[in-house]
Amino acid sequence: MKNTRVSQLPPSPGGLLNRALHAFSTAGKTYGAEWYILLVGLFIVVFMIFMTAFPWLFTSFNPSDQDAGPQLAAPGGIHLMGTDNLGRDIWARMVWGAQTILGVAFAAALISSLIGIPLGLLSGFVGGPLDRVLSLTMDSVYSFPGLILAIAFAAMMGPGVVNITLAVAVIYIPTYYRLVRGQTISIREELYVEAAQVLGAKRWTILGRYIFPNVIATTVVVFSVNIADAIMTEAALSYIGLGLPAGMPDWGMDLSMGKKFLPSGSWWLITFPGMMIMTLALGFTLLGEGLAEILNPKLLER
Amino acid sequence: MKNLMRYLGMRLLLTIPMLLILLTVVFIVMRVIPGDPVSAMLGDHAPVKFVAEKKHELGLDKPIWEQYIDYLAQLSRFDLGRSMILQEAVTAPILEKLPATIELTLTGLLVALGIGIPLGAWAAKNRRSVGDFTARLYGNIVYCIPFFWMGLILQMIFGVAFDWLPIAGRVGSRVMSSDFDQTGFYLVDTLLKADLKAFTDVAIHLILPALTLGITLSGIFLRLTRANMLDSLKSDFVLAARARGLPEGKVVYGHALGNAFVPVLTMLGLQFAVLLSGAILTETTFSWPGMGRLLLERIYLRDYPTVQGIIVIFALFVSVISLLVDIIHALIDPRVKY
Amino acid sequence: MSEPLLKIEELCIDYPIALGTVRAVRGVSLEVQGGETLGIVGESGSGKSTLGLAILRLVRAPGRITAGRVLFEGKDLASVPEDQMREVRGKDIAMVFQNPLTSLNPLMRIDRHFLEVLGTHKPELKKPEALKLVREILTDLGIEENRMGAFPHQLSGGMRQRIMIGLGLVLRPKLVICDEPTTALDVIVEAGFIDLLKRLQKEFALTIVVITHNLGLVAELADRIAVMYAGQIVENAPAEAVFHQPLHPYTQGLIACVPNIDVEQETLTTMDGSPPGLVDPPPGCSFAPRCPLAMGRCREQEPPLLEHRPGHWAACWRINNE
Repeated sequence: MKNTRVSQLPPSPGGLLNRALHAFSTAGKTYGAEWYILLVGLFIVVFMIFMTAFPWLFTSFNPSDQDAGPQLAAPGGIHLMGTDNLGRDIWARMVWGAQTILGVAFAAALISSLIGIPLGLLSGFVGGPLDRVLSLTMDSVYSFPGLILAIAFAAMMGPGVVNITLAVAVIYIPTYYRLVRGQTISIREELYVEAAQVLGAKRWTILGRYIFPNVIATTVVVFSVNIADAIMTEAALSYIGLGLPAGMPDWGMDLSMGKKFLPSGSWWLITFPGMMIMTLALGFTLLGEGLAEILNPKLLER
Repeated sequence: MKNLMRYLGMRLLLTIPMLLILLTVVFIVMRVIPGDPVSAMLGDHAPVKFVAEKKHELGLDKPIWEQYIDYLAQLSRFDLGRSMILQEAVTAPILEKLPATIELTLTGLLVALGIGIPLGAWAAKNRRSVGDFTARLYGNIVYCIPFFWMGLILQMIFGVAFDWLPIAGRVGSRVMSSDFDQTGFYLVDTLLKADLKAFTDVAIHLILPALTLGITLSGIFLRLTRANMLDSLKSDFVLAARARGLPEGKVVYGHALGNAFVPVLTMLGLQFAVLLSGAILTETTFSWPGMGRLLLERIYLRDYPTVQGIIVIFALFVSVISLLVDIIHALIDPRVKY
Repeated sequence: MSEPLLKIEELCIDYPIALGTVRAVRGVSLEVQGGETLGIVGESGSGKSTLGLAILRLVRAPGRITAGRVLFEGKDLASVPEDQMREVRGKDIAMVFQNPLTSLNPLMRIDRHFLEVLGTHKPELKKPEALKLVREILTDLGIEENRMGAFPHQLSGGMRQRIMIGLGLVLRPKLVICDEPTTALDVIVEAGFIDLLKRLQKEFALTIVVITHNLGLVAELADRIAVMYAGQIVENAPAEAVFHQPLHPYTQGLIACVPNIDVEQETLTTMDGSPPGLVDPPPGCSFAPRCPLAMGRCREQEPPLLEHRPGHWAACWRINNE
């Protein structure tokens, strides 16, 4: 009788927590260090996204406010990261700058994938002269230094959020294309696809049910690493002055401005923006690589 | 030898379509997409008549197909046109600045390989050790450091905090760069003139920029080497070598690394693209008078033909490098048939 | 009888992996007399390859020897320092592997393979003398001199396997371990290999251990056969006895599975089931789940390896009852 009553109770929060922790540590034991690396990456990414979405929770200063404090104030006190030469609070610029860089990087990665993946699927599935021409083109672009291409693009298109995003997006299309095409081709050759074809499956069915789901897993990994790359490219473009208009807070631009004050000893102007770029890129890289190790059992050996 | 020449010839033949596609892409980016490259470069405030003049000068009022043919024809004559802003042929500043970029790029590559490969091999040998995880972490982190930030940090530490190394330029104020103009590669030129003091000065100026490029890129080579070494170490011939009683060092750094090196080498071609991008950023940070800085300068000056010329040179550079890598691979790996 | 050249005593090898510890070799004991050829047969996963590697202490990490001794000429190889072990490898004990293409360094010429081994174990040998030695042994193996500068991928499979033997024998070892030496070869080359091995054994007074799943191979080569199952030796007897009077049900099953060209058969004989997982081996005899003769005791107690007939050992409760 007592047993029935106990089983009718809702699961205690303690019980749920225990089970979650147990699953946690089991995953850790199974996958080893890779699991924890994935978590670090995930933590960074989630934190940054949070900061992007709710910047006012992290700082009360306005990033463009030139009277936020004295000019070139060293870090400490209310100005966690000091102020720049125009008196703007640097931590505020870091917080609000996340929107800029992450927004561009994410949009660029999205555009890249939305163009590259279908092209790769098509090319790999259909084959023939279309595939050959497309392949050669993509390989050529892929082998070209991405930043230089982005610079050329940005230089010719002029400043502006859209142009910069497109400039960054263009250079990653071959990455998705090559990956998806390669996977499509190898899956297409698999025996179970041939079996399905013999049974009369239509091309779309094969694409949708066999090829696409298999491709998606690796694509997610590439997407994450792609964002990391896009972050670096956007920062680079801003650093050399081809980035966004001066209005929006931008880490790359801050680095380029802060460069001038380095010889005079104001180290905080360049240290923090660079650290933010590195951390954000690292977060997405670790996330992507951690996912790759976990999703692909073969890689577990490493 | 004859076979090698024929192989070379074939690779060259294959390089041409890729180069052609690259040049076409450059054409599309520089002329087709912006619609009107001259207005794009000169901006809205340029006087209409001036813009129209320049457009005619550059042949931009012809139909696009004609422009494309002209473009290719001009390139085949090795003519990159004339600068729109300054009174010079486009090739002039390029030839002047190219050696500086090559010198920096090669030195950076050497540093990257010198750090990445040994560490990667060592990490693979000591898999799952603390050292291995540290090395992998290093590889991951370093890849996420922007080239320009690495440069700034190095400048901060070695140039400003400890005033040990110069943070700008290729030569110090006491060395006249015009004295060393034979090849444009200062390291070589100073040695040719047996000027040890100048050589030291040039070398010192190379240290921070080369380290910037090299350290940032070493991460990629570390990971590549490690991954290939892990495969290599598991292979049968390594086991067989051990079974013959060969010393461990020879097995790991001779047999295993030797085989792991080949795929790393073939990846070198792709990494070169990253290296070039990094070189541009490094040049900006260290006021290095090379192609990267030239490119940005001319973009600011709105010198469209020169900008296009520089991009074309980069495309050529990339094609040549991938051809070279293919050839070196054929020479090193006996399994490649030619 | 004189002291055996190789004596393995209660050897245990474990592989600690994420899912648990795989007990790959569980208390294996056997002896090999000088000049004898021992065949170790078993299916995939029986632990025979691991056993072979263990003799030279080449078990791949994370696998390790956890108990037992490997006595070679009286010395326990399982506990000597690594540099002593390295001296034994290639010089006193040699190993010939399964796949001759992947067992040779693709970037190294054949002559360098040999010179390297000679340089390691006989550094006092000058290059011209070393090359002479190499030429001698290659001629002995039937490989033309002009192939010395070739790369592995330029040679045929048979040639490569002969080179593997050559690399093993160049320093005149006392013991040669062959791990699946003919699995990667076609039947005709296999026949040539068998002839070669027999001749070399006579010429160099070799002691050979052949590890294989191929009963035909051991029938031709082995004086004595040890049958391995699930990490243990279940039968150890002279070759004739194994084929004609197998005592252990597993061995009997194996022999029965070999198709006989002289007998008309419509279906192939098979053995049901598969070997037990070795992470947590069940108690009792490991073959019990598949054994047609299994009784209660088999599932509770592990049968010891006993000499049921002179020179014929088997591990089975059933034999005692006969």
